Amino acid sequence: MLDLLGGFIVELRAAGLPVSLTENLDAMEAVTHIPIEDREAFKYALGATLVKNYAHWKAFEIVFEVYFTLRGPEYELVGEGEGSDGDPDGEQSSLPGEGQAQGGGGGGQSLTPEQLAEMLFKALMNGDGAMMTALARQAVKRFAGMEPGRPVGGTYYLYRTLRNLELDSMLDRLMESAQDQAPQPLTKFEERLERDEFAGRIEKLKAEVEAEIRRRLVADRGVEAMARTLRKPLPEDVDFMHASREEMADLRKAIYPLTRKLAVRLARKRRHGRKGALDFRNTIRHSLSYGGVPAEPKFRFPRPAKPEMMVIADISGSVASFARFTLHLVYAISNQFSKVRSFVFIDGLDEVTKFFEGTEDIGQAVHRVNTEADVVWVDGHSDYGHAFDVFWERFGKDVGPKTTVLILGDARNNYHASQSWIIKEMRHKARKVFWLNPEPRAYWDTGDSIVGEYATHADGCYEVRNLRQLESFVEKLI
Amino acid sequence: MDNRFEDVAGVRGALAEANYLADDGIAGIVYLADRLGKPILVEGPAGTGKTQLAKSVAEMIGARLIRLQCYEGLDESKALYEWNYKKQLLRIQTEGGGSNWDEIEDDLFSEEFLLTRPLLEAIRAEDPVVLLIDEVDRVEVETEALLLEILSEYQVSIPELGTVQARQIPLVFLTSNATRELSEALKRRCLFLYIDYPDLEREREIVLNKVPGIDENLADQVARIVRSIRQLDLKKSPSVSETIDWARTLVLLGIDKVDAQTATETVNILLKYRTDIDKAVKEFSEAPDGLDETES
Repeated sequence: MLDLLGGFIVELRAAGLPVSLTENLDAMEAVTHIPIEDREAFKYALGATLVKNYAHWKAFEIVFEVYFTLRGPEYELVGEGEGSDGDPDGEQSSLPGEGQAQGGGGGGQSLTPEQLAEMLFKALMNGDGAMMTALARQAVKRFAGMEPGRPVGGTYYLYRTLRNLELDSMLDRLMESAQDQAPQPLTKFEERLERDEFAGRIEKLKAEVEAEIRRRLVADRGVEAMARTLRKPLPEDVDFMHASREEMADLRKAIYPLTRKLAVRLARKRRHGRKGALDFRNTIRHSLSYGGVPAEPKFRFPRPAKPEMMVIADISGSVASFARFTLHLVYAISNQFSKVRSFVFIDGLDEVTKFFEGTEDIGQAVHRVNTEADVVWVDGHSDYGHAFDVFWERFGKDVGPKTTVLILGDARNNYHASQSWIIKEMRHKARKVFWLNPEPRAYWDTGDSIVGEYATHADGCYEVRNLRQLESFVEKLI
Repeated sequence: MDNRFEDVAGVRGALAEANYLADDGIAGIVYLADRLGKPILVEGPAGTGKTQLAKSVAEMIGARLIRLQCYEGLDESKALYEWNYKKQLLRIQTEGGGSNWDEIEDDLFSEEFLLTRPLLEAIRAEDPVVLLIDEVDRVEVETEALLLEILSEYQVSIPELGTVQARQIPLVFLTSNATRELSEALKRRCLFLYIDYPDLEREREIVLNKVPGIDENLADQVARIVRSIRQLDLKKSPSVSETIDWARTLVLLGIDKVDAQTATETVNILLKYRTDIDKAVKEFSEAPDGLDETES
């Protein structure tokens, strides 16, 4: 058991989760109290001792599943356990893992794809969980076309299976059938609730399919190898520039608590550690309860002036997703600054501050930035030099000693003139000028990147490719 | 020290009796906290029953609940203990002239002048207690250090009196809304429990449990609608307590079936932001995408 747990912790660490020695010891003790048979409680017990950050929970769950749930005897050999693990239709599988894609019911197949779809439809309609699990297994066996030893990721199989199940049209069919069964026509409101319900069931089914694929991959490749391939970066380490769509959605979710966290921390930092002048009246007032002895000196709260911020972001295709996140962040921390003005550019430059004002929906604001801002001057290829020119000419006078200027971009200038003197001038007038670059440091100053030239004039130039780096930068900011 | 619980299933049952519907994870961790003698750090969105968990556990084991509400600026004198300066001053003034100083000095820092605050109170309690440290993420990082000694050793050092050792190991709950990252040191000492919005079945059970006179159909509808609303992109999703409030309102109004109109009229109980309400109302009145608009 301890060996097993040890291996598990090694995998967790490899997946990037910080597990300290004390936590390790706690887990060891925890498992002596909770029987491994009580799967859920066991999982939560390990989670409670080893994972101290909810953002890491998903990563933990995957490693846990691979490590413990799939370690039962029935998963050890492909094909062997399958007959006995309760296929509902009693199918005798003689060809493990391949050759079943032909369909048409040949070779001991008792179900045609149509029949399978029909059963799936019924199971979804009735919300029959056990049936859905069984059918998910069938579907994977039938459609994924998994071959032992083939070095293909799980997502490939997932895609193949789901494509064959045609779940999109399934939702419409379910809705139609629900309409038919209802005693009177469903109102739009009821319809919406039904739809949500079915969508939820379909999501559950997808999760089942995914779990089944994972199970089979583990059987094929072994626990350690599988844990390695499933390793996903933690949300704070996902690269802005190369995030998948799913990761993007996760990132967007992650950025909200992060910004709130940052805003709170910044507020605290600004207030912390500095005591104002002695508040004489207040001290005397409090001394009355001590018989006139001023035992507790009271101080005035310091009210440090808030800085201003100007954000100049490149929103050309290559860095657009990065800019979007940064705009989110800027919006969220804007109450820490007395004034925040945002500018976006590609080869022309436009102020977009007004899009963020008076709206609570940042997504909408970002959308307006992308559609309404006048940022294309000639051909829509980044031209930092021209953008800075425009900025300096139109807004340069607004840069003052309280202003922090934040420039976001990869400085890939398409071999246009750099106009880096503007940055130099800016630095003279502004409080600080920072450059954030979403490219890996190794790529800086290669090809048409001239970030080095700009960086020499700025107060700092940072690589910001993920939430972790963004967070640590913002902490430096104030 | 005796264990409070027999096994995980026992905890689950006892919590249900105290009107708290725990899922497997919650019960398992409460059980574990007792066995390992460790505090539980409970995190999660507001209104999912974090504080309630501590209350219910206290009720379940028949213990007194001692609550420390955290806020920015909370310090030692409000969390741990304080010397009653005023009384001390009076003592000095009344005895000032005659008696010798040594006597007064010995006297000044005795139990008589000690004002116990929640943390010390919990440590010194003779009877069983549950200590709830609420919204621990509101105190400054520096103040967090105050808690460390208590949470790992169950003791408090008072310079004038020496170390006060706990007479029993209390069950400790810390709640947090995760507005800031807690320090590693604190997290290391705790078991971590995340309480999310409950799933459909559990929320329905909770509504049935907490709202007297509601029938199953309505509870089911309530749970479904709330789930549907939580899927929207909102500023603040409805919490469990708001779900319960809403269900209570519906019962009071004598509504047994929620349609779009009642939902629209009462949604302000679930949602607290103008924009969120607008969004929800819009969603209620519109057909989902991809469906024909034949009926109206």
